[in-house]
Amino acid sequence: MTSVDTAPASPPITDMDAAPLLSMRGITKMFPGVTALDGVDITVRAGTVHALVGENGAGKSTLMNVLAGLVQPDAGEVRLAGEPVRFSNPAEGMAAGISMIQQELHPVPARSVMENIWLGRFPRGRFGLVDHDRMRRDSRRLFQGIGVELDPDALAGELSVSQVQLMEIARAVSFDARVVIMDEPTSSLSENEVQRLFALIADLRAKGVAVIYISHKLEEITAISDEVSIMRDGRMIGTWPTASITISQVITRMVGRDLTDRYPGRHVAQGDVLLDVESLTSPIPGSFREVSFRLHRGEVLGIGGLVGAQRTELVEAIFGLRAIASGTISVDGRVEAIRSPIDAKRLGMALLTEDRRHSGVVPTRSVFENVILAHMPRYANRFGIVDTARARRDAGRVLGRLRVRTPSLQTPLTSLSGGNQQKVLFSRWLLAEPEILILDEPTRGIDVGAKFEIYTIINELAAQGKGIIMISSELPELIGESDRILVMCRGRLTGIVDRADANEATIMRLATDVLDDEPEAAISAVA
Amino acid sequence: MAATETTLDAASGRGWRPSRPTRASIGDWVTDNVILVVLVVLIVGIAIYDSDFIAVRNLQNILINSSTRILVALGAGIVLISRGVDLSGGRMVGLAAVVSASMLQTETYSRQFYPDMPELALILPIAIAVAITTFLGCINGVVVAKLRVPPFIATLGMMVIAFGMTALYIDQPPNLSQPISGLRDDFKFLGSGWLALGPVSVPFIIAVAGTAAVIFWVLLEKTVFGKNVYAIGGNPQAAQVSGVNVARTLIGVYAIAGACYGVAGVLEAARTGGAAGGYGELYELDAIAACVVGGVSTAGGIGRVRGIVAGVLVFAVISYGFTFIGINPFWQQIIKGAIIIGAVAFDVSRSRRTR
Repeated sequence: MTSVDTAPASPPITDMDAAPLLSMRGITKMFPGVTALDGVDITVRAGTVHALVGENGAGKSTLMNVLAGLVQPDAGEVRLAGEPVRFSNPAEGMAAGISMIQQELHPVPARSVMENIWLGRFPRGRFGLVDHDRMRRDSRRLFQGIGVELDPDALAGELSVSQVQLMEIARAVSFDARVVIMDEPTSSLSENEVQRLFALIADLRAKGVAVIYISHKLEEITAISDEVSIMRDGRMIGTWPTASITISQVITRMVGRDLTDRYPGRHVAQGDVLLDVESLTSPIPGSFREVSFRLHRGEVLGIGGLVGAQRTELVEAIFGLRAIASGTISVDGRVEAIRSPIDAKRLGMALLTEDRRHSGVVPTRSVFENVILAHMPRYANRFGIVDTARARRDAGRVLGRLRVRTPSLQTPLTSLSGGNQQKVLFSRWLLAEPEILILDEPTRGIDVGAKFEIYTIINELAAQGKGIIMISSELPELIGESDRILVMCRGRLTGIVDRADANEATIMRLATDVLDDEPEAAISAVA
Repeated sequence: MAATETTLDAASGRGWRPSRPTRASIGDWVTDNVILVVLVVLIVGIAIYDSDFIAVRNLQNILINSSTRILVALGAGIVLISRGVDLSGGRMVGLAAVVSASMLQTETYSRQFYPDMPELALILPIAIAVAITTFLGCINGVVVAKLRVPPFIATLGMMVIAFGMTALYIDQPPNLSQPISGLRDDFKFLGSGWLALGPVSVPFIIAVAGTAAVIFWVLLEKTVFGKNVYAIGGNPQAAQVSGVNVARTLIGVYAIAGACYGVAGVLEAARTGGAAGGYGELYELDAIAACVVGGVSTAGGIGRVRGIVAGVLVFAVISYGFTFIGINPFWQQIIKGAIIIGAVAFDVSRSRRTR
């Protein structure tokens, strides 16, 4: 393939109820010791958005990897527009019109947007040199066609996460994709960006593209999908028109049991002030400034805001990972200088970071080693030798509390599903028995059942008098779990909302407001 | 999917209950320990060619020749595991060899480095030499961990500096860059003497290398420090967020490596009965090659003592064994190079399969 111009055009869609564009029959895939897919059937029609849901490890990603040619099935048949197809690599899948946008994006940061889009099929000009002008023109035409505003010459590394996502979608479309697979596309998008993405998906749908949409956010599924297929334990439970099924029915079928309430209830009994943050300001212009709040014992303090609100930067500064220019942090009434995570840990703090791969998982080590990473001195004798037996018992206990699914403690962490990896990292900090637990997007990318378990643990810790700070971009979670919600916008605290007054509109207004008054005005109302 | 996985049940409160014990097959063992297989195949192959090769004396010689190399490789290995690389090892070996030898010559020797120096206690010059390389290792660690200079550059600089120090030291009058010899018998004993351990006696130098390997095994597999080194090598950010003192651990890693090079240099002088400015040259690359062949990842976080020792032995068997059966030494170079590339290619393809 040398240029998109020579690629086959997508077939015209005349009748929505025509023969299915894609059908997968009896797809089976075994990995060593695990049946990842067990005779899965799925049918996707052109011009529809087809949601694919299931718990972590249900087999959604494996099924899509089979479709895209990343994984070879052991049995089963894939038909595209009625023709049997078999892709031995992703390039063949793309050539046939199947594009997959991965959950974790991998742009080439030091190259331009257009080079990222046409990578592997640069248009050639005279002497076989790359024709940059044509590449720029093609990119602009592509962006216009799908209503994306991106500068073809911008460096990919300078784009925001959502812009990278738009770039990847443009790239997928540039292959004249007939099937576009999106795996958790909104996990790092703000509400506005999600709306833009939905508009783009609607556009693709109108053009006759079939969009397969994987998400744990069931509200999104009701909002945009036509049909929903539910998987559990490597099997297809079934496909329903989205209009005919409720969210709680979807959950019941996903989990295989009833989850009456998505947010477990909790008795709120707030105690003394545990953490007192006064006018904390970052030395970096545009980052957080003059943020003040108090965290009480037994409280879950949510932090809401859009991407760029500097929430992660704020909690990382509290945890000693970032410098502060001014302001104080007091723990149990004493002003403390926290210069590193070592200081923070000594004060009973724990931080579950947002970016699992960057600062959470040690990919070369086992589940066990990952759990005890933050606690080894506790299990060491005076020669520094770790009492493995005792550490294993404790690790097993916390992993058990979170119902982590793993063949053994010695299993490499990276061979677990994403949600189970997140639970292992949560276990790492649970083992610390922290007084102040800071959670940065703790349930991102994990399934409903696992979320419920994490909420339950959070509530248990709060009931024991610990203080919990939880950053979340999912408003229902923020409202369902927090006692108070601190809302930030562009580095400033724009308000603190009590649970009783919290609703999505209030939070969104505070999160998008450009602040005129001093933030103290907003705080004094609730302090 | 749930077939072999275990869901830990919070309600039961009993914690860890694997549903099915996993049993490693012989095939898994072979792929995990391919370097040991290569080692055995080499020895058996040479023995088939010439059965005289299987003699205690030959195997002893191989181990003696490997001893200092094992020390250097252990140092280079722990640095690689921490996601670094240390190019200064070879020149530190030379520095320690020259420093220790210069102070341990017999008083009757005609060309003494320090003609007026009284006889020192054996331990003193050795301690000075090892202290110097440990200190230089510390500097490597500080430059890498605190100044954030990439390890390749930091240790490349230190390699050049250590050679300069060696050359300056040995160039002092009256020696003027002559090789140092005429070493004391008690010092040479460290390189060629035997140590009686009950009924068996082993060459002292092998005992030192073996002890070092055991210490490293305990250090890496059993201690907080070692586990921190693996974690830093696997994901430094995760280690930092978890409250691991990354800078201190890295400084420790490079210091320990420096100490290894120092001991290796002292033993190298004792074994050969002398020292010169060129001692230890390129040992660091041999050590890195041995580590890599022994399964240490240059990307950090992976590597075991067993593999490092086996990697050194593979190269020693090739040198000694191929010379024994009369293969042109230049062929040895080609075979060694092919083994380095082949071993890593095998490792890469294996990790790709299991992912």
